[in-house]
Amino acid sequence: MKDQNKLIVNLLATLVLLLWVTTAFGSTLKVCKTCTYTSVKQAVKKARPGDTVVINDGVYKEFGIEINKPLVLIGQNNPVIDGNYKGQILTVTADNVTIQGLTFKNIETSYTRDDAAIRVIERSNARILNNTILNTYFGIYLQNSDHCLIEGNTVIGKDVKGVNESSLGNAIHLWYCDNSIIRNNRVEGHRDGIYLEFVKDSRIKNNLSQHNLRYGLHFMFSDGNVYTYNTFRKNGAGVAVMYTRNIRMEYNRFEDNWGAAAYGLLLKEITNSVIYNNTFRRNTAGMYMESSSRLDIQRNTFDRNGWAVRLLSSCTDDTFRNNNFTGNSFDVSTNGNSALNKFENNYWDKYSGYDLDKDKVGDVPYRPVSLYSMLVEKVPPSVMFMRSFMVDLMDNIEKVLPSFIPEDIIDEHPMMRRLDYDSDRKLTQVLR
Amino acid sequence: MIAIENLRKSYGKLQVLKNVSASFEAGRAISIIGPNASGKTTMSKCILGMVLPDGGDIKIDGESVLKKHAYRSKIGYMPQIGRYPENMKIRQVIGMIRDIRKDVKQIDEELIGLYGLEAIYEKRMGALSGGTKQKVSAALAFMFNPQILILDEPTAGLDPVSAEILKCKILKEKRSGKLIMITSHIMSEIEEVADEVLCLMDGQLKFHETIAGIKAQANEERLSRAIAKIMNEQD
Amino acid sequence: MNKIIKYVFYDIVRNKIVLAYTLFLLLLSVGLFNLGGSPDKGILSLLNLVLLTVPLISIVFATTHFYNSYEFMELLVAQPINRSKIFMSEYLGVSCSLSGAFILGVGLPVMLFGASITGLYLVLTGVFITFIFVALAFLASVITRDKAKGIGIALLLWFYFALIYDGIVLFILYSFSDYPLEHATLALTAFNPVDLGRIIVLLHLDVSALMGYTGALYKSILGSLWGIGLAFGLLLVWILVPVLSSRRIFSRRDL
Repeated sequence: MKDQNKLIVNLLATLVLLLWVTTAFGSTLKVCKTCTYTSVKQAVKKARPGDTVVINDGVYKEFGIEINKPLVLIGQNNPVIDGNYKGQILTVTADNVTIQGLTFKNIETSYTRDDAAIRVIERSNARILNNTILNTYFGIYLQNSDHCLIEGNTVIGKDVKGVNESSLGNAIHLWYCDNSIIRNNRVEGHRDGIYLEFVKDSRIKNNLSQHNLRYGLHFMFSDGNVYTYNTFRKNGAGVAVMYTRNIRMEYNRFEDNWGAAAYGLLLKEITNSVIYNNTFRRNTAGMYMESSSRLDIQRNTFDRNGWAVRLLSSCTDDTFRNNNFTGNSFDVSTNGNSALNKFENNYWDKYSGYDLDKDKVGDVPYRPVSLYSMLVEKVPPSVMFMRSFMVDLMDNIEKVLPSFIPEDIIDEHPMMRRLDYDSDRKLTQVLR
Repeated sequence: MIAIENLRKSYGKLQVLKNVSASFEAGRAISIIGPNASGKTTMSKCILGMVLPDGGDIKIDGESVLKKHAYRSKIGYMPQIGRYPENMKIRQVIGMIRDIRKDVKQIDEELIGLYGLEAIYEKRMGALSGGTKQKVSAALAFMFNPQILILDEPTAGLDPVSAEILKCKILKEKRSGKLIMITSHIMSEIEEVADEVLCLMDGQLKFHETIAGIKAQANEERLSRAIAKIMNEQD
Repeated sequence: MNKIIKYVFYDIVRNKIVLAYTLFLLLLSVGLFNLGGSPDKGILSLLNLVLLTVPLISIVFATTHFYNSYEFMELLVAQPINRSKIFMSEYLGVSCSLSGAFILGVGLPVMLFGASITGLYLVLTGVFITFIFVALAFLASVITRDKAKGIGIALLLWFYFALIYDGIVLFILYSFSDYPLEHATLALTAFNPVDLGRIIVLLHLDVSALMGYTGALYKSILGSLWGIGLAFGLLLVWILVPVLSSRRIFSRRDL
């Protein structure tokens, strides 16, 4: 009974609060060709804090709009704000601003000003929802702004083929922005798809980042973030993350990052993090790890990469468990002693051992580092002998005479069959 | 017609021909004799250009033949052991050579007819006996009416009838003014067809004399005895 | 000369080995294209085959053929024909028929299943490799009269180009790994036609992304039409040098 009363009181309180909100911030300003306000800038200027500006369909050639009070900007029927290459379109300098359902386009490359479609400067609780941003230098640029939500936006730059890196900005760029949420966005055609620097405790989920010139995702000094269900595809250099601790990366897909200097995921000085259930498919190097330690890498699929994992000897205490390695040119390569990392219960399609006791775990260990991959690591030009008879022979000799292979990287208990993470849950749990 | 001047040839350390000089005239049959490995075959192969001499010269009708090939149209050659592509048929071998020598209009098919080669035209060369191969070699050597015939032990593998046919053919060609060089060990045969004998020994010219001259010199009626005598004398 | 080639051809066609070789290549190519999934993968698998079996079969077949044609050549040498002509006819006869087998066996499937510029390079490479290894076979054959020795030399040559050479180069690269070796590698691979062919094809497949800086260097050189021309020019040199030197030996030796 007491609970029910409490619930009713709560509901009432909420209703009252909502009413109060609508009355207090109630008025709505309309922008259209025949309205009182024919430009967004006008309406924003006239609006009082808490007002809603509804922008109707039409093309508005505007730039340099500053939102310096808490407002809600809503686009109706796809209005377009065309910056016409004159400068930044929206600058937010107030808390609690919502920008929703607008299309922004045409911002010139400005090497000195970093012009963006939407910039938020040193404020909190900005909500940028369901906008379309086309052909801009930077797309969404947040600086020193926390608790922001970037959701459902589509940010498309240009065809990056043959474009100089410095003439492109980032699609979503966050700098010193803690507790942000970036989800369900689609970003492409920029320098970096999602760029985070000094961004802590944020969640990046379900985004699609593709066809960017450099990285699909790029972050540094951004501790405690969670990346889930994102897809990074066909970016010039894949995904690069650096100098960060305590991140979680789960259920992401790193695909088709294929090129002379491309990585599925490049980890540099990443520590104390988990990488679970991701898929690395057809990347030049699925995962490249440098000076990264205490990483827990489990249940990932490495399929048809050039190198599945390049594990530099500066990495320590990393654990690879229950991952699938299939169809990679090189499973693991290293440039020296990586004895302190652990491989256990992974499935390797190149494994040719046996399982007498039928526990689905191979009875002889597997060494995922091939002699040739060591040679390539030590003498890069020797990669030109790929697919030569000599190299095939070398790899076969090492199967017969395992003394050739570096001792330290070894999976003592390789799996006999590919792990199916949905139906083999029990098995993987037992093994864990 | 053929002039050999100071011909020298060695295989490695073995000197096979040591400054051999000789000349042969058209309308004559010359028999080249000598013990085994005395350089007979090498000399004929030199003339044919199959073996390249280390020194000296060979002239046919006054022109050096070394490193040339067109002159071979004047020569018909019958090797000691005819070697042919094994999976070609007789018809194909003859057809091929005729195809190569298309320039020659006057084809002499007498031996093909006399040896009855047409009847076995479809046989593979590899399946032929040594004698039959010799018949093919002989037919090919005479086929294009060459001015010079070089026959290396022509009757060695032939049955008496076939050998007789060949000898008649040789005499016939000689009468029509051709130069015929025969290497042979069979003295009766030499006596039958040859006019001159050239004897090689250890790569050196022992003598080069008409048969009548040899007989007179040794004062012997039988050629084999006469030659044996001359050789013994000179030793 | 055409006449003689005709008879060499005729002789080889009667020989069932070339037919068997054609069928072998055809079966393998069709199989690899249907197994591999993507045409690129098919070409990659074919590349391994082309670079291993084509040289081996070419060199062994050509050497045995040369010795088996000794009689034929003897027969012709007594005819008014230039020896070089006889030799070149033999050479062209053998290499053209083996190339024909290769074009039928590999070129046709490539055209059907993986027609691309890479496929074209693969077929071209295969044809060049055939010509080169027949040339090497003839060189081995004119060096020695002994058939067993000749085949031995031919096999050694194959072994050298397919295996030992790469081993030596890898060893050199390993020993001098402190130095920048990209250009040295480039030069060294040019001295092995098998490597050269392999790299021409690999650079046009997407595995080239794994080749890093050295690969980029190769690509910058071999990527242009001019560079490809240069590479095939080098392969041509690889044909001409053994052919011309063995022809010279053949013209100047006793039969």
